[in-house]
Amino acid sequence: MRRLRYILSRLVKAGLVTVAVVLLSFFLIRLAPGDAATVMAGQAGYADEAYMKGLRAEYGLDQPLPAQLWKYLTAVAHGDLGTSYGRGQKVLAVILERLPNTLLLDAFALAVAMGGGIWLGALAARRPGSAGDAAVSLASMLFYAMPQFWLGMMLVLVFSAWLGWLPPFGIETLGADYAGLRRVADIAQHMILPGMTLALYYLANYARLTRVAMIETAGEDYVKTARAKGLSERQVARRHILRNAMIPLISYAGLQASILVGGSVVVENVFSWPGLGTLAYQAVGARDNPLLLGIFIVTALLVCLFNLLTDIAYSIADPRVELT
Amino acid sequence: MSFLRAFFARPQTLAGFCIFSAIAIIALAAPLLFPRGPFTIVGMPLLPPGASGFAAGSDVLGRDMAAELAFGARISLLVGIASTIVSIGAGGVLGAVAGYHGGLVDDLLMRVTEFFQIIPSFVLVMVLVAFLQPSLASTVLGIALITWPQVARVVRGEFLALRQREFVAAARMQGLGAGRIIFGEILPNALGPIIVIATMVVGNAILTESALSFLGLGDPNLMSWGSMVGGSRSSMWVAWWTMVLPGLCIMVTVLALNFIGDGLNDALNPRRGR
Repeated sequence: MRRLRYILSRLVKAGLVTVAVVLLSFFLIRLAPGDAATVMAGQAGYADEAYMKGLRAEYGLDQPLPAQLWKYLTAVAHGDLGTSYGRGQKVLAVILERLPNTLLLDAFALAVAMGGGIWLGALAARRPGSAGDAAVSLASMLFYAMPQFWLGMMLVLVFSAWLGWLPPFGIETLGADYAGLRRVADIAQHMILPGMTLALYYLANYARLTRVAMIETAGEDYVKTARAKGLSERQVARRHILRNAMIPLISYAGLQASILVGGSVVVENVFSWPGLGTLAYQAVGARDNPLLLGIFIVTALLVCLFNLLTDIAYSIADPRVELT
Repeated sequence: MSFLRAFFARPQTLAGFCIFSAIAIIALAAPLLFPRGPFTIVGMPLLPPGASGFAAGSDVLGRDMAAELAFGARISLLVGIASTIVSIGAGGVLGAVAGYHGGLVDDLLMRVTEFFQIIPSFVLVMVLVAFLQPSLASTVLGIALITWPQVARVVRGEFLALRQREFVAAARMQGLGAGRIIFGEILPNALGPIIVIATMVVGNAILTESALSFLGLGDPNLMSWGSMVGGSRSSMWVAWWTMVLPGLCIMVTVLALNFIGDGLNDALNPRRGR
């Protein structure tokens, strides 16, 4: 019952954030010089007063602000994010076409960061003060100060330009027309460099957090009990220390989601990865404001959804968590 | 004296301070060092670093990389410092008021800062800068918009703790108004954490600015490290220095700022630790 109430309250919160995102977007539109009518007239290459007036009436731009806001809210609620200026397609359709690529890249980066980070952190916690331990803190310090796009280009320089091991851009080999497993392998190969660029910073951070959490958890009474009843060190580390130490990492993953999405926008552009990030870049170049705004709304909703999921996962992983 | 000793207790703080000072001096002196500016073509394209007269080589158009890097430092530092001032100003005042008064104002502010933590803030800056047209001012405004909430949270926390202290009660007994107490009594005691977060905000702002100008969302009439990296995407295959050097400048600057922040933290908040 309490968990249900907790999940409901998180749902309400997610809903409020969504409404706030759409409200913010509505006011962002007003920042751009000119309105949709001037842009469309510019594209038609033709504009007299009557034509502009007709356009404004057609799109409701002559109505008072609250009426326009209501119209915008109901449109977005129905999944209508407007029409892309440059492509003449519905914004949502354009975004949904690219979304799977971004999700694939982000999921890969998150999995590498969490898996690799927890593994490295557990190793470092076993011998605090060792060389590996120092290497993890040095790495997280450097990655924190490094622009991600530059890290990506450095990886291209080393692994594509100098060593020639990995493809530097794209999602698959152009013109190869691979099918089945061969295609999966091809995409995986293309995903390594952008995925690692995104993952490295979080990997170092996860390693540091895991290390601290494991050293703290190792001093708990239930760990002593587990040892006292004769479990092997391996079992104690895996079942009793690591499992409890992982709980704070779940909420960290939620907190980092918005930064991960922002990072993938930049990193996708380094590697010409055909996701939302390269789409945003193209939208900026084409002055396609509805498309750019649509990307903001969709990514915000995604992060919001991910936060909701991590909140729920957290409440399941740790039943003691304060359910408010 | 004791402040300086605590500040420079760790060698990396001293290193960070020296490096940052050097970068600041180069940035200020750039027009004197390179009077022809960063955009002038002065030699053969793609000369490697160390070629005569080109300490940092030349780029794909035959411009002096050293001049470009020096002028890029101006933009990075200018944007970093200007957006931090705006961010600390807005976040500081809102955090102070919320922390001091508590109640509804505080609740509201916390919800707003949570909102900014959840949404993908870099995409928001992209939208804002693209809609306002890329310029120095829109970049500063955009970065301030996404960084003020973290400042507000820190300042609020400080004020929440300090408002319980005796010296605040004493000021209230003297009949001082809320404004006088916030800015005259509590603020001077909360300066330590504010200065520490300011150095972090400068570093983050420099990174965000570089990402924006890498994506072509910087002021097109100004040379910046991020746009240099962005412009090197084809030349990096034959001339690594066109890509490596500007990125290295960004990293070293941010690293130096982080070291300074750590040192300030040790010196100003001695009881707290890291």
